Amino acid sequence: MMRLLVSPRLLAIALLLSLTPVLPAQLAIRGGVVHPVSGPPIEDAVILVRDGKIAAIGPAASVEIPAGFRVLRAAVVTPGLVDAHSVVGLAGILNRNQDQEQLDRSAPVQPELRALDAYNPRERLVRWLLEHGVTTVHTGNAPGALVSGQSMVAKTRAEAVDVVALRPSAMVLATLGDGAREGGGKSPGTRAKMAALLRTELLRAKDYAAKRAAEDESKRPARDLKMEALAEVVTRKRRLLVTAHRDRDILTALRIAKEFGLDIVLDGASEIGLVLEEVKAAGIPVILHPPMARTSGEAENASFGTAAALAKAGVRFSFQSGYESYVPKTRVVLFEAAIAAAHGLDRGAALRAITLDAARICGVDDRVGSLEVGKDADLVLFDGDPFEYLSHVVGVVVDGRVESEVRR
Amino acid sequence: MIPRVLILAALVAAPSLAQEKPIAFTGARILPIVGEEIPDGVLVVHRGKITAIGPADRVAIPAEAERRAVKGLLMPGLVDTHSHVGGGSGADGSAPIQPDCRIWETINARDPGFQKAQAGGLTTVNVMPGSGHLLSGQTVYLKIRDAATVEGMVMRAEDGWVLGGMKMANGTNSLRGAPFPGTRGKSAALVRQEYVKAQEYREKIRAAGDDESKRPDRDLRLEALVEVLEGRRIVHHHTHRADDVLTVLRLAKEFGFRVVLHHVSEGGMVAEEIAAAGAPCSIIVIDSPGGKLEAAELSFETGGILERAGVATAFHTDDGITDSRLFFRSAALAVRAGMSRRAALEGLTITAARMLDLGDRVGSLEVGKDADFILLDGDPLSVYTRVRETWVEGRRVFDLADERDRLYAEGGYGASDGQVMHVLCGWGGDDHDHPRHEEGR
Repeated sequence: MMRLLVSPRLLAIALLLSLTPVLPAQLAIRGGVVHPVSGPPIEDAVILVRDGKIAAIGPAASVEIPAGFRVLRAAVVTPGLVDAHSVVGLAGILNRNQDQEQLDRSAPVQPELRALDAYNPRERLVRWLLEHGVTTVHTGNAPGALVSGQSMVAKTRAEAVDVVALRPSAMVLATLGDGAREGGGKSPGTRAKMAALLRTELLRAKDYAAKRAAEDESKRPARDLKMEALAEVVTRKRRLLVTAHRDRDILTALRIAKEFGLDIVLDGASEIGLVLEEVKAAGIPVILHPPMARTSGEAENASFGTAAALAKAGVRFSFQSGYESYVPKTRVVLFEAAIAAAHGLDRGAALRAITLDAARICGVDDRVGSLEVGKDADLVLFDGDPFEYLSHVVGVVVDGRVESEVRR
Repeated sequence: MIPRVLILAALVAAPSLAQEKPIAFTGARILPIVGEEIPDGVLVVHRGKITAIGPADRVAIPAEAERRAVKGLLMPGLVDTHSHVGGGSGADGSAPIQPDCRIWETINARDPGFQKAQAGGLTTVNVMPGSGHLLSGQTVYLKIRDAATVEGMVMRAEDGWVLGGMKMANGTNSLRGAPFPGTRGKSAALVRQEYVKAQEYREKIRAAGDDESKRPDRDLRLEALVEVLEGRRIVHHHTHRADDVLTVLRLAKEFGFRVVLHHVSEGGMVAEEIAAAGAPCSIIVIDSPGGKLEAAELSFETGGILERAGVATAFHTDDGITDSRLFFRSAALAVRAGMSRRAALEGLTITAARMLDLGDRVGSLEVGKDADFILLDGDPLSVYTRVRETWVEGRRVFDLADERDRLYAEGGYGASDGQVMHVLCGWGGDDHDHPRHEEGR
């Protein structure tokens, strides 16, 4: 907005006066190795950023840096990282009632609850992720109810949620397994009841969708926010994310998806190794649990090597920071992908999982996930191998703005 | 009593005695931690102890020794100053101060957590009760031997005394309804009162001298606190906030007990005070700050700040808070944020051993020390490096090439069978209603 109104000189003054957030600048980033992810790594490459978008990328010899561009240098440059499933911005750093917005348990099925209405873009943990290179998060309610709400995809800049949201409503979130179990005689109390309840609600939603499509307006049922959200799921307008760890819960998810013709993504999936053929045959993508997730409860059989097994099987997957009820209050997908890369996953595949494949699974690959001309200028600058313990993130650019130069 | 203790000690020592033939490890780069790195080193172990170490051209390998050519880096087994591995428990909900509870008898030696710890290169571990009490009981120093019972893991003094410290905590974790304290002031007052009682008890025992008729009745709680006052039992104190750290230092000075500060999320803010008090710190590295009010300022930089202030700094897993298989990662992230490589590696080994009064037995590769060591395939601070083998007292307890061991190292179906992962540190405390960890997801 401002850049339309002010002269370059005023802009320069404004830049001096306002430290953060920095206005979109015309930037050139020169990297020892640049990973576009959509193509092979380029040595000694330059990326030009104009008005928040990538304007050019290529070997330094072939890309001329225009006068007046600020030049950033780094050993390694990657696309901004995409956290494929988080609760950040809803589950806050203090872990006290007033900053925990990640779950309402008053009813087992509440797809009408929207992350957009709860997300705090100024939450410190969002900034923490940004400083570690995460520029896009798919965030929403935590697993813990049969259907907990609608997620959103947002940039991690600390601006109004409506400004940073890429997809104000992304997926409907469901859980099968212990996380969805209610106590005290309330339903669902068992796995069979979870499946039965979910089927019942999906059937109602199908019926609702059909009736709402009636020619005669007077015959249409009254609007029902819950049914509206589920109707989008049964008509494949919206993806259903199903958190399931046990092999049997994963199979239940596949079965229900097939029955209702749903577009689903599997989430968590710590026992996916036991049913890999079935998942592969169903062609369903996976947002894998953090490799460093604690191996207890339903995730007791989680393995550092699952990501490598998924890559080998040709299943599209990404990583998530997931939900933690205490510490670490958020995980960092950069760290999680590193552990997978140290346990058999090809480093290129590990990077793709937290950039382009995560963007694809979250439906935002037209904007983010790779370094291509026309895409958002979201970049991470490293001083070495991004996955090494001793490397640092030295700069983060979001929408063409240098949002962080903290050494992390 | 004493003869029985001696018999037990003999049983415990039996596995080491079984290593009758010396073993000589050749071909490795050796990082002894105490002493300079040896590019082409030889390590000879016999009867569970290190009998020789040095450059290949200077160590005489006994003729009868079994020779094992190894590749990679050989260094001491890691020492974890604070873990909850093994599913043990300490104090119950009846009172905030329970020094009579001892964790070692409650530990399940068959818990797969021990196999995972071996896979991470851990050989010695301080297993602690939780932090939901001002004082939750006696901790135990274990050797992670392949033992069928916990008796085979506990470390003992020469007189048979089971080695361990005393777990204490302040800050929010122990704040609850009566009889627990409701404020920090009350917390300190309750602790002070208890130690005053222990001082008086000790005085009565001293005054009685050899006259048994004058001795006070035995009191298990006060006996354990007297061990703390005497310096035999080190206090391992959970503490996060800067002012809580200072409260611990004040109490330690007042009663003269030895203390190791654990977690110390805000330790960097009072590094000078900690250094002046000579209190060592065992820190935790968590992937993000917060998760509880007191840890909101937790920082990767704490290790480097404490080091530069001259504070002896070690690490802990707090297993299951962090994964024992990734213990090196904690040190590496501290180095990432400014700690020196040397201090960080010492913080996983000799500095940690000294915090448990075990510096003469473990934590470095020196002649006469326990033959606890690990073999790595690369730089200990690289994410890509794997622990290949773990040896405790001259016996291999972990081999990555072994299928079963590999399952524990990487995870997968069956790797956690029977494991009860306890998160005793009450990290999620405060006033928020948290699901228990076991049902956290």
